[in-house]
Amino acid sequence: MTHEVALTVNGVHRTARVPARRLLSDFLRHDLGLTGTHVGCEHGVCGCCTVLMDGEPVRSCLMFAVTAAGHDIVTVEGLAAPDGTMSPVQRAFQECHGLQCGFCTPGFLCTVTALLKDNPRPTDDEVLEGISGNLCRCTGYQNILKSVHRAADLLDEEA
Amino acid sequence: MKPSPFEYHAPRSLDEALGVLAEEAGAKVLAGGQSLIPLLNMRLAAPAHLVDINRVAELDTIEVSERGVLVGALARHTVVERAADAARVQPLLREAIRHVAHPVIRNRGTVVGSLAHADPAAELPAVLAVLGGEVEAASARGRRTIAAGEFFLGPLESALDPDELAIAAFFPAAPPRTGTAFLETARRHGDYALAGVAALVTLDEDLRVSGARAGYLGVGAVPLVIDLAEPAAAAQAGRPPGTLDWSAAAAFARERVDPESDIHADASYRRHLVGVLTERAMGAATAAAFEGVR
Repeated sequence: MTHEVALTVNGVHRTARVPARRLLSDFLRHDLGLTGTHVGCEHGVCGCCTVLMDGEPVRSCLMFAVTAAGHDIVTVEGLAAPDGTMSPVQRAFQECHGLQCGFCTPGFLCTVTALLKDNPRPTDDEVLEGISGNLCRCTGYQNILKSVHRAADLLDEEA
Repeated sequence: MKPSPFEYHAPRSLDEALGVLAEEAGAKVLAGGQSLIPLLNMRLAAPAHLVDINRVAELDTIEVSERGVLVGALARHTVVERAADAARVQPLLREAIRHVAHPVIRNRGTVVGSLAHADPAAELPAVLAVLGGEVEAASARGRRTIAAGEFFLGPLESALDPDELAIAAFFPAAPPRTGTAFLETARRHGDYALAGVAALVTLDEDLRVSGARAGYLGVGAVPLVIDLAEPAAAAQAGRPPGTLDWSAAAAFARERVDPESDIHADASYRRHLVGVLTERAMGAATAAAFEGVR
């Protein structure tokens, strides 16, 4: 038994026929070929698979594609401008060395993009709370913290 | 780490959802999925039918009155956390939700789902229990209201029948001159707590403590509520209002919990935490109550 899932991903209308048990994370990677969304723990602990659903960060491994049908999804592939110019959050991570191996980065980028939209000038504590659900196995947290503040500056400058 | 196959149902109305639950024995309800989907991914649960209520818009409600906060089955933690009027009527709700996992999890997870999941280490069951709240259950057979004291039967076991859906939960308002506090100790930020406490202190018109109660998580098979009126009397004996000594309450609570040991903490450490958290939470709730009357 399969289901036709139609949804918007990075501004593009996409459809695929999948079984109900297909996780949104696997749907994005396997059915749509968008492998930027990383799959770490598959039980909601690591945060690597975080994507934006209707603008809010959610765990794509804790949602079925059939539940996401009809919604608007943004993955890490959708953060840059159409011409490939990186978003302020992406540039801040590059400038501040906010990534090492890069595995956790797609989740951080999506989480931080939403965090700064909600709170454009977070304190250190607010950043720590905001990214507390994302794990970095390289433990590069200090530079990630710097990246978030730098992203806030960049967003401010470009507003 | 992939779920077993299941038949998927996506009802658009409550009646339709209840119809599926009546027809399909062993169907599981999917709301936010932040507890259920990990269980499915790890194949600790493998229901034959899943009833996804995310499109039942009539359940996405929060009703705040002077009596309390009625949270519908689809209200996400984040939405309840941000509802200023809900926090005014019952501050414990927001205080506890801020300890539920991480913000991203709270964007999807639901308050009522957390109650129906009935994890004794979770925050909201303890809040519902200490407030003496209620769960509204609906099935094709009719509706009933289940008191918090009768709702939690054991770890991950609620009083809901297989064909029933928890459609809302009612968190009673704090009485006048009441202060609240929620404290827990976890190994890591956002983890399930080793132990936690939801505390309520009510003052009378002479600013004497007239009610003191605490709900505990992580220290039993179901949320535990302890009436601390007796140690409250000792806490204020011979003391001016506002300078209470809750150390007797800590000992009182320690004697009344029977926590289990696991890999995260042994029973004696959990009992110790219950004492420490009780003293701190009752102190904070007392301070909040005095703050409110000032």
